Amino acid sequence: MYTILQKERLNPTVSKMVVSAPKVAKKAKAGQFIILRVHENGERIPLTIADYDREQGSITIIYQIVGRTTMLLDQLTVGEAILDFVGPLGKPSEIEGLHKVCVIGGGVGCAIAYPTAKALYENGAEVTVITGFRNKDLVILQDEFQKVCKDLHLVSDDGSTGKQGLVTNVLEELIQNGEQFDEVIAIGPLVMMKFVCQLTKKYEIKTVVSMNPIMIDGTGMCGGCRLSVGGKTCFACVDGPDFDGHAVDFDEAISRSSSYRNEEQHARETTCNLLNKEA
Amino acid sequence: MANMANEKVKMPVQDGIVRSGNFDEVALGYDEVMAVEEATRCLNCVNRPCVSGCPVKVKIPDFIAEVAKGDFKKAYEVIHETSSLPAVCGRVCPQETQCEHKCVRGIKGESVAIGRLERFVADWYRKNCKDALPKPQSNGHKVAIVGSGPAGLTCAGDLAKLGYHVSVFEALHVAGGVLMYGIPEFRLPKEIVQHEIEGLKQQGVEIECNTVIGRSESIDELFEEGYEAVFIGSGAGLPNFMNLPGENLKGVYSANEFLTRCNLMKAYQEGVDTPIQRPEKAVIVGGGNVAMDAARCAKRLGVKEVSIVYRRSMEELPARKEEVEHAMEEGIQFCLLRNPVRVLGNEEGWVKGVECVEMELGEPDESGRRRPVEKANSNFVIEADCMIMAIGTSPNPLIRSTTEGLDTNRKGCLITDESGKTTREGVFAGGDAVTGAATVILAMGAGKTAAKAIDEYIQNK
Ligand SMILES: Cc1cc2nc3c(=O)[nH]c(=O)nc-3n(C[C@H](O)[C@H](O)[C@H](O)COP(=O)(O)OP(=O)(O)OC[C@H]3O[C@@H](n4cnc5c(N)ncnc54)[C@H](O)[C@@H]3O)c2cc1C
Ligand SMILES: Cc1cc2nc3c(=O)[nH]c(=O)nc-3n(C[C@H](O)[C@H](O)[C@H](O)COP(=O)(O)OP(=O)(O)OC[C@H]3O[C@@H](n4cnc5c(N)ncnc54)[C@H](O)[C@@H]3O)c2cc1C
Ligand code: SF4
Ligand code: SF4
Ligand code: FES
Repeated sequence: MYTILQKERLNPTVSKMVVSAPKVAKKAKAGQFIILRVHENGERIPLTIADYDREQGSITIIYQIVGRTTMLLDQLTVGEAILDFVGPLGKPSEIEGLHKVCVIGGGVGCAIAYPTAKALYENGAEVTVITGFRNKDLVILQDEFQKVCKDLHLVSDDGSTGKQGLVTNVLEELIQNGEQFDEVIAIGPLVMMKFVCQLTKKYEIKTVVSMNPIMIDGTGMCGGCRLSVGGKTCFACVDGPDFDGHAVDFDEAISRSSSYRNEEQHARETTCNLLNKEA
Repeated sequence: MANMANEKVKMPVQDGIVRSGNFDEVALGYDEVMAVEEATRCLNCVNRPCVSGCPVKVKIPDFIAEVAKGDFKKAYEVIHETSSLPAVCGRVCPQETQCEHKCVRGIKGESVAIGRLERFVADWYRKNCKDALPKPQSNGHKVAIVGSGPAGLTCAGDLAKLGYHVSVFEALHVAGGVLMYGIPEFRLPKEIVQHEIEGLKQQGVEIECNTVIGRSESIDELFEEGYEAVFIGSGAGLPNFMNLPGENLKGVYSANEFLTRCNLMKAYQEGVDTPIQRPEKAVIVGGGNVAMDAARCAKRLGVKEVSIVYRRSMEELPARKEEVEHAMEEGIQFCLLRNPVRVLGNEEGWVKGVECVEMELGEPDESGRRRPVEKANSNFVIEADCMIMAIGTSPNPLIRSTTEGLDTNRKGCLITDESGKTTREGVFAGGDAVTGAATVILAMGAGKTAAKAIDEYIQNK
């Protein structure tokens, strides 16, 4: 059992938890993830390692409440425990040799982008961060990003915070103003990553994306997380989750991510009903 | 005087139509009377041909003689001398190509039902003998086992008996390997697997789930923690695909994904969170046990038409004979001498059909089986909204890519000598990780052999 040491709500639908998992904390690196199961009949869901504390033996996860499992997870409080928690899984992000990097986080993707930005910063790279949210209520992790970057750009779809616009608007402006990035790292909704990649392809800037397909085991055993990358099939849980964004077939990934939409919607509705009744 | 009936005592089974709607065990097992009657068909042959067909050399005539006498406890003890998972092997061994294949009664009529008797004895023992075996005296040495499939569990059990402190590290949240995530409940009830694992825990074996060796910890770190030897029984879990156009459409699964959702995550039950697609028409590609299991699970999930597409003919189907018969009784269709070439999709990215070609058998290939060749212009489409690929698996590269000095062959299988020694000092391996996808009993046998070699290695250090 993996005890919850801290819990904090970051915005109405995103929470942060610090979980005791000494073995995972000992090996965790930026870019890796864990898989957890909340209860005995629960499903296995992947979440990125947002931070780790090797001394305390703890892992931080930041999750958006989107469906049944994340709702059930969010019911747990400090002192309670998560049934299964396995990791670190996936390959760590490659940060060696990068001097000037633009890290882009979209929505809850910021939780995945933050540890990478931090690792780059600690490795001496000059980091520019662009974060994008639908509106000001959804903003997360601004203080954390501020500490690990040279410039932080905030945009929102409706202009209720930061500049109004899309992350790609900012990126293009920076590039046109003469910023020369060794690499762009984009993490967020599939559509956002797809458009970032289209843009950086035009300017020939290497771009890494972190893919989040549906997973079960996370060890390369089921192939459910497969993606087409450069015409080859890759398993995101073992070959990734980071991939060369210019090689990823986003349209296929977007289609595959809706495989269980009906089942998920049903589970979400029943869970909402259940939790409302109990509350 | 031996019972000279030419046929095995019939195995009671759930009716085909009824069982294709539930996940309960199909074969119900002999009762005591049936078991004794079947046991009297054994001639107790002096040269014991059946034993030579068993990979772990179960003393078949000896245990059957005890069954005939009605001493089921003794029968169990005889089997247990060489086989640690009799309730499992009695159910899933391909007896018709192993022990029963060599049985002299098979020359004129049916062989003795060795598997069924083995299953009976193990089930009887589990129900009637609850007393735990005494915990062995510790010898102070530590061994780590990677993977909790039949290879790892057998190796762990044998070493624990010798007094070793054994820790088993398992990547998933439950122990058992393919016995838990692959083979379905209706063929091998999970309670039986867990009973065997409980038995090992009582013997002092520690099982640590949620630990992926190569990620959570490396083999080198296990040595640093004081383990004196490591056994790798990580199986062959990496699913193969055919690289067909359309293979990444929604509704195309590896058998591992479909079976994991169904068996490990229990998606067929109410009140369980893991989703599973419930299609109308499913095509399963492949002809082994895995294909049969996927087809039969699909049927039980309510799929109306389930077709198995296999590129050779009935004779070459590698699945256990009994599973093929059961699948037919349950209404699974067999499209033999057919091979898929393309997956067709609809506008929303879901599978809508599988384009296949007809095949014919040509000259024998390296495996001795006749090689299937495509017939020109024989393409046709099977309508389907689900396609399950059961065309084989390979060893997962995670361990070999994170451990120095572990040599593998072209197929990614770990290289070992007969005793299970790998090319790295102190590291042993066995089961599917070494042979590629094989059988439970071979994995168990490899676990046993390696346990012996590990004991010798540590005692002579
Ligand atoms: C490597 C990786 C890292 C991730 N990191 C984070 C993170 O740090 N924070 C965060 O909020 N989310 C993260 N996700 C997404 C997160 O796993 C899903 O939001 C979660 O599984 C939703 O489960 P649910 O039951 O609450 O919702 P559901 O109703 O089951 O699903 C809602 C959405 O989540 C996707 N999803 C469902 N099940 C899975 C699954 N087993 N694996 C992947 N996606 C799934 C669905 O396609 C759907 O879009 C990550 C996903 C991956 C693959
Ligand atoms: C659907 C299906 C049906 C089958 N039917 C039959 C049958 O009827 N009869 C028969 O004889 N055989 C059958 N087989 C084959 C048989 O199950 C296997 O040959 C046997 O299980 C191999 O045993 P193993 O111990 O080598 O590996 P596995 O049973 O595969 O176990 C390996 C274990 O290691 C774990 N693991 C892998 N990597 C790591 C890691 N890095 N760290 C920690 N743990 C790890 C895995 O999660 C798994 O639990 C079937 C197989 C399948 C898939
Ligand atoms: S272990 Fe398998 S092969 Fe050996 S006797 Fe038993 S059923 Fe036959
Ligand atoms: S070969 Fe058949 S009849 Fe002879 S001892 Fe073995 S099981 Fe009995
Ligand atoms: S999640 Fe199963 S192979 Fe990646």
